[in-house]
Amino acid sequence: MKFASLVQNRKALIGLILFGITALVAVFPGLFASQSDADTIGAFSPNLGLSTAHLLGTTSYGQDIFSQLVFGARQVLVIALVAGAFATVLAVLIGITAAYMGGLVDEALSLFTNVVLILPTFPLMIILARYAGTSNWVMIIVLVVTGWSYGANQMRAQALSLRNRDFLEAARVRGERRSYIILFEMMPTMTSLIVANFLGSALYSVLAASGLQFIGLGNKSSDSWGTMLYWADSQEALQAGNAMWIIAPGLAIAVLSAAFALMNYAFDEIGNPALRPVRRKDLRKARKVDTEAEKGAEHVYVDAA
Amino acid sequence: MRFVVRRLSMFLFTLWAAMTLNFFIPRFMPGNPLQALEARTRAKLSPAALESILSSFGYKPNAGLIPQYFTYLKDMLTGQWGQSIGLSLGEPVRDIILQAMPWTLGLIGLTTVIAFLLGNVAGIVAGWRRGGTLDSWLPSTLVVTANLPYYWVGMLLILLFATTLNWLPADFNYDPSILPGFSPGYVGSVLQHAVLPAFTLLVTSIGGWILTMRNNMITTVAEDYVRMARAKGLADRKIMFNYAARNAMLPNISGFAMSLGFVLSGSVLVEYVFNYPGLGYQLLNAVDNNDYPLMQVLFMLYTVAVLFSLLAADFLMVWLDPRAREKG
Repeated sequence: MKFASLVQNRKALIGLILFGITALVAVFPGLFASQSDADTIGAFSPNLGLSTAHLLGTTSYGQDIFSQLVFGARQVLVIALVAGAFATVLAVLIGITAAYMGGLVDEALSLFTNVVLILPTFPLMIILARYAGTSNWVMIIVLVVTGWSYGANQMRAQALSLRNRDFLEAARVRGERRSYIILFEMMPTMTSLIVANFLGSALYSVLAASGLQFIGLGNKSSDSWGTMLYWADSQEALQAGNAMWIIAPGLAIAVLSAAFALMNYAFDEIGNPALRPVRRKDLRKARKVDTEAEKGAEHVYVDAA
Repeated sequence: MRFVVRRLSMFLFTLWAAMTLNFFIPRFMPGNPLQALEARTRAKLSPAALESILSSFGYKPNAGLIPQYFTYLKDMLTGQWGQSIGLSLGEPVRDIILQAMPWTLGLIGLTTVIAFLLGNVAGIVAGWRRGGTLDSWLPSTLVVTANLPYYWVGMLLILLFATTLNWLPADFNYDPSILPGFSPGYVGSVLQHAVLPAFTLLVTSIGGWILTMRNNMITTVAEDYVRMARAKGLADRKIMFNYAARNAMLPNISGFAMSLGFVLSGSVLVEYVFNYPGLGYQLLNAVDNNDYPLMQVLFMLYTVAVLFSLLAADFLMVWLDPRAREKG
């Protein structure tokens, strides 16, 4: 997986840019927000419209919506990246171990994975989040516990297909340890699947965490996009005519998930060239070659793909 | 035979695991029905009175966990679901479920089927006409729409069609001023109230179907039997549907079954946004009020629904796909 091929894919590039912007805002919120603490209640008059002083207006608590949006980026991003990373590590460990060990270990781990996969995820998350408290760490744990299983199945499938390859056999004959073979022989060949899995888990975490925050199961006292939506909804922002309070945080969630989703899909395209979009100029080129070879134009669509 | 036994044992094991989790998670965490009830009655009743109310509904806080667990398992499986100890105190859980179930099945179930059908047809066409206008911009758009926070899409639709334009109702399942029955007014009201939530789900779920179907089609179209069909000079439409699409659909069948299984549980946020009194809405109520009996039954139903649809999908696949038959 080369960085260059990522940048060449238009979807990946857009995703990368959107992600970059969010990351920049999350790391340096002070550069963008006009305020240093966006949570102060009654800092401004409530429900102000859009103006240069308040780009997106104010909430019914008199908070600047734009500043809240800026400060909210960090929490979502941290939750997404940390939960995505842990879920991926768990998926890799369980999936590869199952495939490599085989036999009873495989049976047990696969059963465990499938059981977790089938459990109704969102209700389980609601129950866990409701009873375990609302700190961000709880949120991350909930996301990891419910989010690793799909990836583990994928990892297992790919690792199974590697199991009898010659280079692993060679490593075994050399007398390498099992942990060495799994970590340094198998895992590097699975990098692209692992990265794709991480992006998928991060995407899932953004959406699920925001959803939980939206129904009031997040940390209500700190800035986060889902929590903003929760307050907007409970203060009936729609009825009060304060549409921006709802549009802005939702759009921010949508942008961040689009970033992860586009990068994730681009990985599929890079890995499976058949899925790549057919560019007009490629088509024309192909058609030219085709007419020269006096073939039917019908095939071009298939072959150019 | 081995296949059937494996599947069934998996089924039972998952069911047991889900029920066990659902028993222990709420009980090991802080907060209990007694405190929730206390908060709701604002301490107007003495704790002892509250406890006797709760115990008359079958909640025994002082019984040991293990005996409670076994009674719980027995009661769940035999359909003795007890009474709600939450918002609708004393109402049999069975009644709550029976009231909420048709709304969820109707709204979410139908929407899931529609999304699957429309999405597959669009995916077939997009995958067939590689490089067409539809195919060039569709994937990027769908990747984005399929991953929108759907509850937010619902709120935007409310903002546009209910608050601003005032065309459609923003919440509930029907106009309470109309008497339920088979009158045109009632049916119309039900449909009207379903439009926005259904559209919300459609917008966000159709993208996934189109994309997977398109991608399946692209791989299938390159197969030799499709080339063979072309060589035979068959009509394009015939090759598209009878040769390529039929095979490209196969991987989607289990996905469809899975999403049907998640119909009962996957809609919590839509029902919340639209105040639609289905099963998801009841789950949030139950969780908010520590209504253990209701929560337990809902969670069991969610799991059973997924398990049944997966089983159905497995058997369907074996029937449809000879390759799966050999493996099984």
